[in-house]
Amino acid sequence: MAKITLSKLRHSYYPDPQGPEDYALKMIDLDWTDGGAYALLGPSGCGKSTLLNIISGLLVPSEGRILFDDRDVTELAPTQRNIAQVFQFPVIYDTMSVRDNLAFPLRNRGVDEATVARRVAEIAEMLEVTDILDRKAAALSPDNKQKVSMGRGLVREDVNVVMFDEPLTVIDPHLKWKLRSKLKELHQRVRATMIYVTHDQTEALTFADQVVVMQDGEIVQIGTPVDLFERPAHTFVGHFIGSPGMNILPCETRDGAALFQGQQIPLEGDIVPGEGKRTEIGVRPEFVSLAESGVEAVVRKVSDVGRHIVVETQVGEDRVAAIIKENAPETGETVHLNFRPDRTRLYRDGWLATTAGEAAQ
Amino acid sequence: MKTENQRAWFLVLPVLVLVAFNALIPMMTVVNYSVQETFGDNLFFWQGLDWYEQILTSERFHAALGRQFLFTGLILVIEVPLGIAIALSMPRQGFWVPVCLVLMALPMLIPWNVVGAMWNIFTLPDIGLLGYFLNHTLGINYDMTQDPLAAWITIVTMDVWHWTSLVVLLAYAGLVSIPDAYYQAAKIDGASNWAVFRFIQLPKMKTVLTIAILLRFMDSFNIYTEPFVLTGGGPGNSTTLLSIDLVKMALGQFDLGPAAAMSLIYFAITLGVSWLFYTLMTKDDLN
Repeated sequence: MAKITLSKLRHSYYPDPQGPEDYALKMIDLDWTDGGAYALLGPSGCGKSTLLNIISGLLVPSEGRILFDDRDVTELAPTQRNIAQVFQFPVIYDTMSVRDNLAFPLRNRGVDEATVARRVAEIAEMLEVTDILDRKAAALSPDNKQKVSMGRGLVREDVNVVMFDEPLTVIDPHLKWKLRSKLKELHQRVRATMIYVTHDQTEALTFADQVVVMQDGEIVQIGTPVDLFERPAHTFVGHFIGSPGMNILPCETRDGAALFQGQQIPLEGDIVPGEGKRTEIGVRPEFVSLAESGVEAVVRKVSDVGRHIVVETQVGEDRVAAIIKENAPETGETVHLNFRPDRTRLYRDGWLATTAGEAAQ
Repeated sequence: MKTENQRAWFLVLPVLVLVAFNALIPMMTVVNYSVQETFGDNLFFWQGLDWYEQILTSERFHAALGRQFLFTGLILVIEVPLGIAIALSMPRQGFWVPVCLVLMALPMLIPWNVVGAMWNIFTLPDIGLLGYFLNHTLGINYDMTQDPLAAWITIVTMDVWHWTSLVVLLAYAGLVSIPDAYYQAAKIDGASNWAVFRFIQLPKMKTVLTIAILLRFMDSFNIYTEPFVLTGGGPGNSTTLLSIDLVKMALGQFDLGPAAAMSLIYFAITLGVSWLFYTLMTKDDLN
């Protein structure tokens, strides 16, 4: 197990990249602490799989270095890095039994049979596949196949990091939840550094202690699930995480105050001085309430999703969503919206531009 | 409720008629010949299973059958591993892929009798490119019209040249269908090249290889045109394979009854071996 440092990493799939748009990874500087559970979250094509393949050694980055415990491994092959990776589609060796599949990485490294037997038994017990150890791997269901490929990743004791590349894509929804909690439990038992790549926010937020959000080859924010939810550093994070995502409302700033549709909106703190092309107010639907006075809005759509009610309203050109508990308004009704000040922030060119107020600390 | 409807039979009728005229009726004629004796003039005498007994106990048939199995065995032993090896060394992407594929397909596009004629001229001791080179440049005594071993080497080489491509193309199709993740996982698992071949590539090629072996077995077991044009079954009877022997018997000696019995035995062997092989290869997939 090791601390992993990515230093000034850039990668392009073109041999001769011209501008920043040619780079799949723009500039990554990142430390992963030993034993952490991380998630790499971002939409398809944001560079997360590229980053994963660079860490595992399947790709050599165009620029920058990768360090495992301060040892430079940038040029090392996957085998020499001592890492494990679980792929999107379960990779199993069809002709082998489950037991031989699990033992494969150990036997390739010349581990003695007694140790192999002990480790395979331990891992099988953790993954609850002990009763199918002697079955042929080809005949397993997709979720069991994926468990076996996870098992091959976890079977080596000295592994530096275990990486998961959207491992639950092919798993049935009702088994996804089970495997996800299994993974979390496995992390707590083996304490290996784990990196989990996904575009599914639920998977990322349930698995990880720290979530790294990526967009267009850049890291937008690193934080705990609570950080990402409560104080997104970028409108992308606000919009990407949450259901529905954060309301992003174009606004003007005048004399240190934000004006939305001509009304002043109280913010969490002071606006950080600076210049930008566009300024926006960000507030999550959870912190928008219907009140007697406030921003006037027309109700467009009301959806009762069980736990709460999502009200979509229109203010001038902009749409604002609010989440309320009860007393749903009628469609077409005029309502007044209140934004909770300590959860309302200003974003300049997408990036957070208010100082945290005392209430938010 | 399911309604019973027999109209579907009309839809398969054209196929049934076609199969009847191009396969079943000619085959029944052969069956007819195989149990009778004829001297022409549409005169037939009932013989029962005599011809079958005669063929099955004849040394000539045993010898031809032995040569046939030897030929087919050599073909499979050479072409299957060679085809896999070539497929493995072909590029998976880029400019050279279509070039390789076209080059591989070329020999298969040449008509069979042309292949025989080509190799015949190629190996002539005094004027053929290969024949002249072996005899006059290297000083090796090579003449397939005189030496049975030379004749065998030539027909086997010719078939390898003509048909290895089939195994290559099928094996290649199997190889390119393996997702990259398998190779990446194997790298991470520390698998050697041999292990990658044994546990990933070979299992994934199994289905196409089964088809390849089956096709090569049937084609080489029934081979006629190329050895007929090349050696005519000689020198002596040394390259008289089953089909050549059959044609000699039917058209050369006009022994229609024994020839018919031999055709059916020949057919039964081809069918039996193919069935057995296919059943053994797919047995695991069923359960």
